[in-house]
Parts: sequence; structure tokens; C-alpha cells
Amino acid sequence: MLIKRNTPDLLPSEITPRQVYEGRRQLIVGAGAGVALSAAPVSVPIACAQKISDQRLKTVPSPHSTNEPPTPHQYVTTYNNYYEFGTDKDEPAVLAQGLRLRPWTVSVEGEVLKPRVFDVDELLAMASLEERIYRLRCVEGWSMVIPWVGYSLSELIRRVQPTGDAKYVEFTTLADKNQMPGLSSNVLEWPYVEGLRIDEANHPLTLLTFGLYGEVLPRQNGAPVRMVIPWKYGFKSGKSIVRIRFTRTQPVTSWSRAIPREYGFYSNVNPAVNHPRWSQATERRIGEGGIFQRKRPTLMFNGYADQVASLYAGMDLRKFF
Amino acid sequence: MNAAKFALFVACLLPLARLFQLAGGPGLGANPVEFITRSTGSWALILLFATLSVTPLRRLTGIAALAGYRRMLGLFAFFYASLHMTIYVWLDQWFDLPAIVTDILERPFITIGMVTFALLLPLALTSTRAMMRRLGGRWSQLHRLVYLASVLGVLHFWWHKAGKNDVLEPAMYGAAFALLLAIRLWWWWQSLRARR
Repeated sequence: MLIKRNTPDLLPSEITPRQVYEGRRQLIVGAGAGVALSAAPVSVPIACAQKISDQRLKTVPSPHSTNEPPTPHQYVTTYNNYYEFGTDKDEPAVLAQGLRLRPWTVSVEGEVLKPRVFDVDELLAMASLEERIYRLRCVEGWSMVIPWVGYSLSELIRRVQPTGDAKYVEFTTLADKNQMPGLSSNVLEWPYVEGLRIDEANHPLTLLTFGLYGEVLPRQNGAPVRMVIPWKYGFKSGKSIVRIRFTRTQPVTSWSRAIPREYGFYSNVNPAVNHPRWSQATERRIGEGGIFQRKRPTLMFNGYADQVASLYAGMDLRKFF
Repeated sequence: MNAAKFALFVACLLPLARLFQLAGGPGLGANPVEFITRSTGSWALILLFATLSVTPLRRLTGIAALAGYRRMLGLFAFFYASLHMTIYVWLDQWFDLPAIVTDILERPFITIGMVTFALLLPLALTSTRAMMRRLGGRWSQLHRLVYLASVLGVLHFWWHKAGKNDVLEPAMYGAAFALLLAIRLWWWWQSLRARR
């Protein structure tokens, strides 16, 4: 399919009708039940699938999923912070449509015994894809519930065998001026760099992500492969990853380099530590009600405290914000 | 009210009418409260600068009747600032007074926004002819607060956008205000020279 760069409108064919993706959700749930019952390979009956795009991914459900209602697909794919495609939230859905997704490689390097350049299709096939319905909390005070598709990053980490000196993992996003109009602005230094401590990267919740709502990632959501770390503010989850580097020292992440007073390395969701320019005590759940909907209280570690709090035992989270 | 004034009155209500129209459908987008907060804030600034354009326009064009539109524009600027404030206090904070106080104390851009509103309030209250008569020469002095309110209004917007390190839009508002101020300073300097 040929898509013109900077095309002002989405092609109608690129918008998933609500019935289709809602139907797909039922399919996914149905498929999951099929696995539970028979342990047989999941096959989706074409007849009931109607005409769903070939961008669909086979997934199995995950015990890590929340049962909160997912944010409508329309909002997940049109309200995006992806500065490489503009700083307004409605810009990436338009300006990212020219991004070429193949060929795409991810270089895994640094303090590992088996450094390698992976083709993204190889990564896609490396482990079984799970649907993980996670809460996403943006540092700006809004949140969503998103059915991601991917597998634990630890699956990849295991295969490249980090050395004993690998203390941190650095994620680098593509920075291509020809494809990313936002790079002409000096909002941040490019490429966008994020990072985790190695134990955070190895945590089962840390998701190497290829899709959402049962389909491959839309470009504006970080296609073809991105990180999702659900207990941290959204900007920690780098999009369109081209390099994963294992390091001895703490990576200098883009936002902490730009405004160190406001953005720390850890950036765990924490209602008790306010951002200098706004409270983090509450959040607005996107798609929930109209203008008279109240905000909801923000939960420690975005509600994942039971799983991740032990990673930070003994740390002063005000200091390591 | 003459026809031109009535047209201006209707025109100034259009941004609000648009919000109501959008609210009828999905037009306010993923984050409706954010949308209406930003929209009313922008229109408050635009109308504030429209108000400040009246005198330069009058002097440049020589159309004395333009002065008659200044009060309405100023009051509409205050109207949108009030909506902006009401949305924050009600739909964003839900009248949570401790949270609002903390916000004002800890977040500089909220602090400045509040001060800006506080500066506009006496201007709106003294906008009537009766108040103009009562205050006499002090009315003009008082209403010079509009310049401070303009600076702080732009700063409020600037600080808000600074998080995205993306200050193009507030810079444009700042440039508009700088131009309006520069014209006045030029005239003031000219009048000083003429007096000498």
C-alpha cells in the first residue's frame, strides 16, 4: 500500500470500524477460551471474522490483564504523545502515516554475550503473543486502559544473555528526519532515549509490544515495536524502537536531560510525588463520561504495587522520582 | 445597540457556541475538559489583545467610532477568562478547595493564572459609565492593569506549554502583545519629544 507522507487525512481504509474491533475483541476472548479448553492451536473461524484486515495478531489472554473496560480504540489511536510526529496529540495520527515499517531491525547490543540485530518479524515470532490489558497513566494526568499485544521483554533478554555488568537497559527510538516531521523542532534532543534498571526490564510486566486491540500497532502508537511499562508514566515506554543497549551506567533519558528537575530516571507512577506543574493525585480516564465526569484517584505504581513495589524496597521515591 | 455592535456581540459568542455544538457530538475529542479549558483560555487572550488593538486601530485609521467597541471586547475577554476559571474550579477540580489552594501555591502557572484573573476582575467591575465617572482620572490609572494582566496571561500560557518545550503558540501571543505595547511606547515617546 502506498501512503503519501504528510497526508492531511487518514485514509478511510485505515480506520477500524467500531463493530470490527469490538467483534475482534470477542474473537480474542473466544480464542482464549478455546486455548483453555483444548490447548489446541488457536484458529479463528473466517466466517465469523467477516473481513478483518490481515494485520490481526494471534494472542492468548494474560493473567496480568485488568478487567477494567478498555478505552475506545478511537481515542487510543488519536490522542497520542509522539513528538517525532508533532507535539499536539492529534498530530501523530495524521503525520505518522508515512512511517515505513518494513524492513525494520532492532539492534540489541552492549553488555550482552550474544549481541544481534533482529528483524522485527523475527522478534514477532520469538515468543507467543499475549493480550495484556494494562492501565496507562500519562505524566500529564490522564489515563487509558489499553489491550496491548506482546510478550515480556525478559523473553528477549534471556536470549541475548546479559553480562554481569549489564545494570541498565537503554531503548532508542527511530530518529529519521525524512519520515518524522517533528524532528525539525527542538522540543527534545533526538533520538528519543529511555531506560530501565535491569531488574525493571526483566520484570514480567515489562512488555515488548507489537500490537493493540488485537492488531499490529498503528504507527502513531509506536509501530512496529515499542515498550510498555505499565507502572511508570507513559513517556518511559519508548516507541518505534531501533536499539536496545545493555549498559553499566544509568542511561541519560531524553526527558531527564531536557528538564532534570521535572523528570527523573525512575518516573514511577506515584500520587504522593507531584510534578512541579501539576498534581499527580488524580487522573482523568480518557473516554470515561463527558465533561461532568470526575477524575479518579491515581494509584501507587499505577495499581501495580503488589507486583513491583519490591523492586524499590528501601528507596526514597521522593528522591528517586 | 447599533447593528455593528450587535454583530460584534454575536461574533464574540461564536467560540462559545462552537463549544456547545461540539459538545453535542464527539467533537470535543478524547479529553473534553482539556479541550474546553484550552479553548476558553485562548479566546480570553485573543479578546484581550483585540481590546488592546482598538486604540491603535482608532488612531491609525482615524475612525473615532471604534472606541465604542472597546468595552464590549474587554468584557468578552473577561467572560472567557471567567469560563476558563469556572471550568478549572468546577469540572477539573470539582470545588476541592484544599486541592485548589495547593495547586495555586505549588504550581507557578496556576498561581499566575489566578493573579491574572484577579487583575481582570476590578477592570470588569469598573467598566460601567457610572464607575468611569466616579473614578475620574483614577479610572485610566486602574485600567493600566490590563498591561500587567496581558503579560501574566501570556506567561501563564507560556509556562503551561514549557513542559512540552514547545512555546511557539504562546510566543505568538507574546509577539502580538509586544507589538501592541511597542506602538504605545512609540506614541508616548513621540509625545514627549513634541512637548520639548
